Amino acid sequence: MTTQEAVAERAPVTGRAPARPRRRGAGPTPWLHLAPALVVLGALLVYPVYQLGLISLLNYTQAQVSGGEPTTFAGFGNYTALFADDQFWQVLAATVVFAAACVLSTLAVGCALAVLLTRVRALPRLALMLAALGAWATPAVTGSTVWLLLFDPDFGPVDRVLGLGDHSWTYGRYSAFALVLLEVVWCSFPFVMVTVYAGIRAVPAEVLEAAALDGASQWRIWRSVLAPMLRPILVVVTIQSVIWDFKVFTQIYVMTNGGGIAGQNLVLNVYAYQKAFASSQYGLGSAIGVVMLVILLAVTLVYLRLLRGQGEEL
Amino acid sequence: MSFPRIAVRRPWRLAAEASALLIAVVVAFPLYWMVLSAFEPAGEIESTEPRPWTLSPSLDSFRRVFGQREFGRYFLNSLVVAGSVVVVSALIAFLAATAVTRFRFRFRTTLLVMFLVAQMVPVEALTIPLFFLMRDFGQLNTLGSLILPHIAFSLPFAIWMLRGFVKAVPDALEEAAYIDGASRARFLWQILFPLVFPGLVATSVFSFISAWNDFLFAKSFIISDTSQSTLPMALLVFYKPDEPDWGGVMAASTVMTIPVLIFFVLVQRRLVSGLGGAVKD
Repeated sequence: MTTQEAVAERAPVTGRAPARPRRRGAGPTPWLHLAPALVVLGALLVYPVYQLGLISLLNYTQAQVSGGEPTTFAGFGNYTALFADDQFWQVLAATVVFAAACVLSTLAVGCALAVLLTRVRALPRLALMLAALGAWATPAVTGSTVWLLLFDPDFGPVDRVLGLGDHSWTYGRYSAFALVLLEVVWCSFPFVMVTVYAGIRAVPAEVLEAAALDGASQWRIWRSVLAPMLRPILVVVTIQSVIWDFKVFTQIYVMTNGGGIAGQNLVLNVYAYQKAFASSQYGLGSAIGVVMLVILLAVTLVYLRLLRGQGEEL
Repeated sequence: MSFPRIAVRRPWRLAAEASALLIAVVVAFPLYWMVLSAFEPAGEIESTEPRPWTLSPSLDSFRRVFGQREFGRYFLNSLVVAGSVVVVSALIAFLAATAVTRFRFRFRTTLLVMFLVAQMVPVEALTIPLFFLMRDFGQLNTLGSLILPHIAFSLPFAIWMLRGFVKAVPDALEEAAYIDGASRARFLWQILFPLVFPGLVATSVFSFISAWNDFLFAKSFIISDTSQSTLPMALLVFYKPDEPDWGGVMAASTVMTIPVLIFFVLVQRRLVSGLGGAVKD
């Protein structure tokens, strides 16, 4: 395309008040840009989601995979089997409670430390920031084994310092979940802290000074000025935390050795993995996957409503 | 832009600084313990009276780790996987982000909503269909089976995040470039790309972490040819739940964490400003 055409094609800058001129209305160009993304997402995300739904409706076990028996349609058989299983409801409840506890603790710690960061001078700030980046950078497998060593009944320093003798944290159901929760909060609060801190820094200084000049108290400034401005950020970090914590796999798998004693520490995706890959019940495992998908999509709808509610332009 | 000096009284500020330092120590402690244990000789790690220092640092654990067959290979595999995911998804996300921010076209909003929804898809649940997909295309036991899904999973978040950065580049700049005779491709790669590079760095952190951390796919897709495996699997060679070789686990953990730490320290400034820029939107 020549320059003249490009200039001629420019859309008129009239119309909406803060003019955001859009050259080239339609045309194939945006689709060319989008093509690689759409191909990859279609093949490796959309198609697998469709397949997941499909497999969840089939009798699909080792016999069918190896071709020994024909694949048959099971209707909602996998789902009825699943919903009739007490263990499924236990695992579902454990997943929701565990994820909620992780999200709330992560947000509380992350936000509190972000505010703390704004109140200290450069050196303590750098120290806390670097420590947090270190925790963030630690791979999930690594973090899991290190926390296990820290809380090891024989060789770990924590029991020694707390005077707990050789208390085993992974033995009990709740203490095992609590230990995983500590690790999850440790490696995921930095994202919240850094993001919220960046958000607070992005609030124009004049706004806060004006509020202070008008005699607003610290608490009032936080509640009436900062909180509304930070709302989009808080929504983003909350949703990201929900997504991440609902899907915790590595930590549970490694720290509780595949789901805890007698499966007491299973969460949905470890449960699905065990069903599918350990006992070759791919249909059942897929049904569990669909349940997870539905729950997370429900969260997405709430998220979209929140975005709409604050007039976010997509 | 600096945070305004909100009048904080001196004792309070000192208390805040003291607690910030204390929290930093607590947060860094697991990493310190990891490195310490990696350098301790066998008897000291497996001592029932753990000490926060070592009397005789030793490289035995590291020797054991690097002596493990193909550990170097695993390390390289992890680098290849994470590196490809970062580069490819950054390029694809950059193109897609320009499409959804600098053009108006039908289904634009629909697509944006779909990218958002795609972020919510629990990738762990897709392990089963992906396993059969990889099997049907003969990709099981290849690095491709680890790279391809991670590209797909990091894309929606990367596009969503980059959108803010591309939006922030003034339209006037694009007009000026065309008036000066630049082609669209030239504007895209020589002007826009460098301008949103900080944003690309910030998004890369996320795709790097997701690929480098991958445990489930490596466990599920690399089943017979272990030379195609990655670091998390190498680490678990030393971690037997009943009888863990703590020195080996901690040495392997240290080796696995250091590259990410270096990456983080390098991009630290861009990450912090990037997150601010992306969420300001």
